[in-house]
Amino acid sequence: MSEPVLTISGLNVDYGTGDAAVHALRDIDLTLHRGEVLGLAGESGSGKSTLAYAVTRLLSPPGVITGGEVHYHQRDGEALDLLTLTAPELRAFRWQELSIVFQGAMNSLNPVHTVHSQLTDVLKAHRPEMKRAERTARAVELLSLVGISADRLSAYPHQLSGGMRQRVMIAMALALEPEIVIMDEPTTALDVVMQRQILRQLVKLREELGFSVVFITHDISLLIEFSDRIAIMYGGRIVEEAGASDIYRDPCHPYSDGLLHSFPALHGPRRELTGIPGSPPHLSAMPDGCAFHPRCGKALDPCATQVPVLARPDGDGSRTVACWLHQPTPATAAPRS
Amino acid sequence: MAVTAAEVAVLDTTETPAPSKRRFRFLRGRKTVVGLGILLFFVLIAVVGPWIAPYDPDAMSNELLQPPSGAHWFGTTQTGQDVLSQILVGTRGVLVVGFVAGIFATILSVLIGVSAGFLGGTADELLSVLSNVFLVIPGLPLIIIIASFVSDTGDLLIATVIAFTSWAWGARVLRAQTLSLRRRDYVEAARATGESTWRIILFEVLPNLTAVIASGFVGTVIFAILSEITLAFIGVADISNWNWGTVLFWAQSNQALAQGAWWWFVPAGLCIALLGMSLALINFGIDEFVNPRLRTETGASRKVRMRVGFTPVARTGTTEKETRS
Amino acid sequence: MKYLLQRLAFYLVTAWAAITINFLIPRMMPGDPVQALMARFQGQLDTSAIASLKALFGLDKQQSLWQQYTDYWSHLLDGDLGLSFTFFPTPVSEVIAQSLPWTLALVGVTTLISFVLGTGIGVFTGWRRGSWMDSLLPVTTFISAIPYFWLGLIAIALFAVKWPLFPAAGGYDSALVPAFDWPFISSALYHAALPGLTIVLSAVAGWILGMRNMMVTVSSEDYVMVAQAKGLSERRVMFGYAARNAILPNISGFALSLGFIVGGTLLVEMVFSYPGIGYQLFQGVGAKDYPLMQGVFLIITLSVLAANLLADVIYMVLDPRTRREA
Repeated sequence: MSEPVLTISGLNVDYGTGDAAVHALRDIDLTLHRGEVLGLAGESGSGKSTLAYAVTRLLSPPGVITGGEVHYHQRDGEALDLLTLTAPELRAFRWQELSIVFQGAMNSLNPVHTVHSQLTDVLKAHRPEMKRAERTARAVELLSLVGISADRLSAYPHQLSGGMRQRVMIAMALALEPEIVIMDEPTTALDVVMQRQILRQLVKLREELGFSVVFITHDISLLIEFSDRIAIMYGGRIVEEAGASDIYRDPCHPYSDGLLHSFPALHGPRRELTGIPGSPPHLSAMPDGCAFHPRCGKALDPCATQVPVLARPDGDGSRTVACWLHQPTPATAAPRS
Repeated sequence: MAVTAAEVAVLDTTETPAPSKRRFRFLRGRKTVVGLGILLFFVLIAVVGPWIAPYDPDAMSNELLQPPSGAHWFGTTQTGQDVLSQILVGTRGVLVVGFVAGIFATILSVLIGVSAGFLGGTADELLSVLSNVFLVIPGLPLIIIIASFVSDTGDLLIATVIAFTSWAWGARVLRAQTLSLRRRDYVEAARATGESTWRIILFEVLPNLTAVIASGFVGTVIFAILSEITLAFIGVADISNWNWGTVLFWAQSNQALAQGAWWWFVPAGLCIALLGMSLALINFGIDEFVNPRLRTETGASRKVRMRVGFTPVARTGTTEKETRS
Repeated sequence: MKYLLQRLAFYLVTAWAAITINFLIPRMMPGDPVQALMARFQGQLDTSAIASLKALFGLDKQQSLWQQYTDYWSHLLDGDLGLSFTFFPTPVSEVIAQSLPWTLALVGVTTLISFVLGTGIGVFTGWRRGSWMDSLLPVTTFISAIPYFWLGLIAIALFAVKWPLFPAAGGYDSALVPAFDWPFISSALYHAALPGLTIVLSAVAGWILGMRNMMVTVSSEDYVMVAQAKGLSERRVMFGYAARNAILPNISGFALSLGFIVGGTLLVEMVFSYPGIGYQLFQGVGAKDYPLMQGVFLIITLSVLAANLLADVIYMVLDPRTRREA
């Protein structure tokens, strides 16, 4: 596997402070390698978007990062601790190294500025030496990258279709040729045909430009099609991480299995759609033990009281899972305090 | 079997804490409590004012234009009347007109706003234009004109006139809110099952508008109180009825300012401002309840400064971190 | 353009409604207060004055309502608002023409100042939530609850009576003759200072609160987060993204609350005996001068409508979504 570009270790995020705080993310360990597409899957409320925004410290109040480390590895090998950067350092880092394609392009574009102004203000901020004409030329280039003609530069967001807006967001994300692009449900609001068209375009661009992608969606069939590795989140924790084909063929965690049976696969053999009974837990009322155990058909005794940690399942070195089904029964493991 | 039981358990844990907490927070909000406290104080005075007033507010005495003293806490007027008694007796008129106008205007705004939002089409357009017209026409001059054409300007009439000119804002907000409610699933569902329009409005729509109606009501009461005091102050309303505006009217027409008799007009103004502030605070409480983004964080969050776009990192208080390599 | 035409049509409807209300009020009220007034001034009124008052106030009972309505309109369109009884025998239109410029200058300038000032402060308090500026909010709330005229009284008591820094009444030094020269203009500014400050102080609080809340709401919009993610400068995010969008509802709010504000400022004129239409209205009320009151109401309404139209044009310039051409 290639070198890491982003390593997250022991990340904890709360919403609120003091007694009112609820834990949104717990002990997240995750590594993004250079040039790969890492998928993040889970139902809404599982913490996948929280994770994406916490990494860049964009989480809105009352989000607080309460522990852990996030390191960005530069090309020269030097590591940058994102959680200790000052505001100006963070500003310089953002978009230059890591950009985001946001969920719902409808509200991600500023309604009162033109596409041109929104594509060039980021150039103005990070490349002060560029001239006005150069910025405009770059904006035209970016738009053509995503298949939009230059005459749309002067358009306002409300004059564009949903798919075009999403592509403008993608063009914007590539403006500074960052190392990492986080895509948070980039195509959820679009129809299936448009979804795949845009994602194929992205895959092509990634091959040309060589950035790494964190691809967040609740649609696991999209992930299996487009990503190299997949991490599955539930209740603010990563419950399984493995190669996309491993997850597809042989999901270890019962929740991964449930997710796979919740979406129709576009390719390959048909699966029976069963879904997962119940609904995801509220952050303020997380069940004890494995958060998934109330909905799990295979729950064992320790599941209700003790949190399983991510570990390699028997005899497989390339994947991890947090489930008592795949670990020795925790007679010795410390109970959760 | 096991699945359904688990489902119930999950539902229980997720559903119960949230709503009760929210209701709790609304009542416990500091702004709302302070606002309700001040309002209650004035309501109390409105009820018992005439009995606890130390003097007859109309009774003249020989202590002319005296500054505040033990005998006259708020001093006396040009003709030796006790200002405190005038304020105490006048509270009732202020609150009665404010609340009666508020109730009338709220009824009007609910009728017009909800029907416009719910009926849609031409009815909506006509009603919207009607409320916008009333919104744009300056209310106070209109109230002055109507009130000065009528010979008998009692409290009830003043309240009606104020209500007639101040319902439009509430109607506008309610229309917008109804419009968005109308498209919600449960309203569509009720319609699909053939419930009558009035049943839907009464049982599906109105309960969800409570906060908006309450906020409109409080806003109208503020406006009504200010208008009523203004009318009294410029002598359009019946000046033989005591209210805080009447006190100011007499102070103004007797040159209290030029004579330096600040006690004559300061207490009435402070009462207006206090009452207005209490109502505004209640409205903030309602606003924050409806729009949680507006809440100001309280309590233990002082240590961590929240800032949009830069999530704070507070790594010192790391809790239950299960360190692994 | 379509947006502007729609607004224009709406203001025409509103103007028509205001005029019709004005027409109906004296006709719906019991008794004939104007008749009594005319009786008092009998002998001093010439026939054309009597005719116009009859038309404006519906004293001719033989006519049908429709006949009265058309008569009323033809008088209005001639600019005939009847005779003022307070300033007998000056026509109402003349009284208004003399006082309107004072009001437009005082209320227009102070309203603009308070809007700009309040919006500016609101931008900062809304953006820097939880800073020391939040502790100003209760004070602001308190001030916004104070009636304009009472603040005017306090201002007079402090700065005209206790410390006589400013004049307590009037629009200019009565020894001067109104003219476009420096002594007159400086005197007018000097006289406008205290009423102006009063209006700004009481109006600014509302704008601060409104803009703060809009900033807070807009700050959690996705596009503001995108702007932060792009690493734009704080200034650009705050003004170009958050404030730029937050001001839009504040401008429509400005237009809609103009009616309320004007009501308050009229009272300030009364308290300061400022020679604008508010003070004339006050004198008209005292003397039961119905033609003057109704004329003032009409003019105020029309001015508010004009200001609204102006606000709409500004809104259209600021919000591209209203400019949709094709």
